[in-house]
Amino acid sequence: MKPITVLVSVDSNSVLLGAKEFFKYLNELIKEHNLDSIVDLLETGTIGNYNGVTIAIMPDNVFYNVKTKEDVFRIFEEHILKGRRVLDLEIEKEKLLNLTAEKLPKEFKIVTRNIGAINPKDIKEYIARDGYFALAKALQMKPEQIIEEIKNSGLRGRGGAGFPTGLKWELTFKTPADQKYIVCNADEGEPGTYKDRLIMEGDPHSVIEAMVIAGYAVGATKGYIYIRGEYYGSVENLRKAIKDAYEYGFLGKNILNSNFNFDLSIRLGAGAYVCGEETALLESLEGRAGRPRLKPPYPPQSGLFGKPTVINNVETLANIPPIILKGSEWFKSIGTESSPGTKVFCFAGNLSNRGIVELPMGVKVKDLLVLSGGVSGSDNLKMIQTGGIAGTFISSEKFDTPLDYDSHAKYGVSLGSGVILGINDTHCAVDIALNVMKFFMHESCGKCTPCREGTRTAVKILEKISRFEGTEKDLEELIEIANFAKDTALCGLGQSFSVPLLSLINNFKEEFLDHIENKNCIANLCKKPEPKKKKSKTVK
Amino acid sequence: MIDLKEIKEIVQETKKEALEEQDILIYTLHKILDKIENNYIPDEVAKIVSEELKIPLSKVYEVLTFYTMFSTKPRGKYIIRVCTSLPCHVVNGREIIQAIKEELKIDFGQTTNDGLFTLEESSCLGLCGVSPVIMINQDYFGDLTPEKVKEILRKIKGGEKI
Repeated sequence: MKPITVLVSVDSNSVLLGAKEFFKYLNELIKEHNLDSIVDLLETGTIGNYNGVTIAIMPDNVFYNVKTKEDVFRIFEEHILKGRRVLDLEIEKEKLLNLTAEKLPKEFKIVTRNIGAINPKDIKEYIARDGYFALAKALQMKPEQIIEEIKNSGLRGRGGAGFPTGLKWELTFKTPADQKYIVCNADEGEPGTYKDRLIMEGDPHSVIEAMVIAGYAVGATKGYIYIRGEYYGSVENLRKAIKDAYEYGFLGKNILNSNFNFDLSIRLGAGAYVCGEETALLESLEGRAGRPRLKPPYPPQSGLFGKPTVINNVETLANIPPIILKGSEWFKSIGTESSPGTKVFCFAGNLSNRGIVELPMGVKVKDLLVLSGGVSGSDNLKMIQTGGIAGTFISSEKFDTPLDYDSHAKYGVSLGSGVILGINDTHCAVDIALNVMKFFMHESCGKCTPCREGTRTAVKILEKISRFEGTEKDLEELIEIANFAKDTALCGLGQSFSVPLLSLINNFKEEFLDHIENKNCIANLCKKPEPKKKKSKTVK
Repeated sequence: MIDLKEIKEIVQETKKEALEEQDILIYTLHKILDKIENNYIPDEVAKIVSEELKIPLSKVYEVLTFYTMFSTKPRGKYIIRVCTSLPCHVVNGREIIQAIKEELKIDFGQTTNDGLFTLEESSCLGLCGVSPVIMINQDYFGDLTPEKVKEILRKIKGGEKI
């Protein structure tokens, strides 16, 4: 054993904070000073400090909280070389223990209650876990009571916009019509989002049950599940579930002897992101190109075939049966005041544990990152995108933000569809922006000019910047395009590309300027068109 | 050859699933597409759909040309849909695209000379837990590397079931 042992915490959280880099640097310092035979440098798990990377020096039993490379250098020079403690970086032992006791948020399953626990193709297993009990209860209630319960629960649309579900139902209920519809928006296409797929594959009956309840509440007798054409697995399970629900009398005529009739059918999308926008979805259901309608009128007033229509996201619907069974007070006790309940988050990109996790609203970004296992591979985390492709790009200074439907307005961090997309430091902000804008350009339906031309022009400008031919004026124009579309585009798609674009420009401005002024790309991804140009070595 | 009688039957069969008269067009086109070898809707088929569903032919074409899953021109036996969205882009999606283009010697929107493959760009396929991802007809392939994707394509070329 060597006389000195140095331990560096390289758990997922520490890695996000630069542990790998610090480890490498410390190793270099040790080699430079020929201390290989004296100092043993080891990687270890979390030492119970969530505020920074921990470096422990044994046998002195001293723990340091490290945030920068300079801290590492000071510890090396002072403690390892000279044997003097660096007091201002030291963590008191008691504090270390307290921090270890700090708990991560626990999973709380409402939407995902049955996923992984039942066979989705067997209706009996769903019934065995209180399936269709909420429907039976709801059919004993007055429609107004159901709507009141959902309103009181504070449930907000989980597709991303966060509109109060109860209000949607009430508006539809109050609009007189000879026919009303319930539509489930299962056109999941927000990049990074795959929760609806997993809900439909894992627990299709919860969606069906909720739709029948919604139908009874607002007076609709027909429903559609509009699902992505590419989601073969979900379609298969839903088809089987609908067939079984008809057989068991949960769909069709005189449901559970209540005199209430409800028919449900699946319709497929055909590859158009814009059809996730509710009025475009209605156009598509009516057999046309998915081009959004002008709003108002809103779907609760005039929706499918001009009739009052409730359109709810898959995850929103999966919340309904538990709310009916357990009550709105129970639901309100979970999550935050303005956004009760849970959210299903999807981890994507350069993260270790990619998968879904359901947590109470208000969970902090950094806790989600710890649960995601942190950045995958040996690179460092550069930024994350929250909320989907139309969401915000943020770096570490905003990782303390609690996520709910107000966090975008309050902190500039969007919850959206619940995506946490990790991006490591081999990527460059300009290249990311280009990918995002190409997506919007491709998916723009072409109906309104700010979106059709705005996305196209933005792509051209970003390509110019990535070729190192951009100017500061180009950057200004990019900001102007984004703001203009935000104010003038027809639908949510066109209005929302400003969010990712502006957050990239605002939070990573120096990188855009680096391309413009210094003709330099820190990730070495952007290149001049001339093939002979020598690669410049990446700094830092 | 496309059996037009069979197409008519598909339309009639699908009509039974309609809740409203006009809610069935896209659904019907999907069902027909499943039966056509070259993954497209030829003129004569579009006309039948128009007549049987009493929808103007121009409306049928509006749909056929708007949605990326449909085509009015013959495509390959296998349609490769490559996700180019950010969750795949940041995990070396670029290299996957490069590998496919190299292996098949075609670009996006093109079909190989043997009529086997058509390469298409796709937005997020909702499988970000295993990105980078591609779809070949109805099958998904995830956690791809350039080598892996080349091997998959070679297997299909060799006539292997995937």
